[in-house]
Amino acid sequence: MMGADMMLARVVGSVWATQKNDRYEGGRILIVRQIEPDGRESGQEMLALDSVDAGVGDTVVVVREGWSASTAATGEPGAAIDAAIIGVVDSIEHQ
Amino acid sequence: MQLARVIGTVVSTVKNESLEGRKLLIIQPVDATFNKNGKPVIAVDSAGAGRGELVFWCRGKESSFPFSPEEVPTDCTVVGIVDSLQVK
Repeated sequence: MMGADMMLARVVGSVWATQKNDRYEGGRILIVRQIEPDGRESGQEMLALDSVDAGVGDTVVVVREGWSASTAATGEPGAAIDAAIIGVVDSIEHQ
Repeated sequence: MQLARVIGTVVSTVKNESLEGRKLLIIQPVDATFNKNGKPVIAVDSAGAGRGELVFWCRGKESSFPFSPEEVPTDCTVVGIVDSLQVK
């Protein structure tokens, strides 16, 4: 199962869909892969709505809780959105 | 959300009344290279998806929002049909 914790990920692609839930209109659906703090790809691949103009290759922070994801991606809660990109990472410092 | 391939449907006559008229799909989660990614799950359709299509689906409490104000008991809902995708 997908956890519900915020995570680091790398953007690896995008998805286009004409027929979709109304609340996705105008949103960008990106494919992200979870990474470790050292940059290694570590597992889950999922789709997330962009809220910060992230692009392919960017390291990002992904929130995986519906209320926050819906609000970040559409401006309002209550959408069928369970993951959103809420930040582009400039650098990571870890020991 | 995750990608999945619709691999079947479920027919249920006796069910929660909020599920009346809803389509129950069997979907196989896949990754962006279309390899299986976990076990098949049952999802309620909100996008008009059919067998063979590549879709994306939402999990958890948010899954019932497409049917609002009706409170459909679902924790997996298909929310879109993929036209194309690009992976680098």
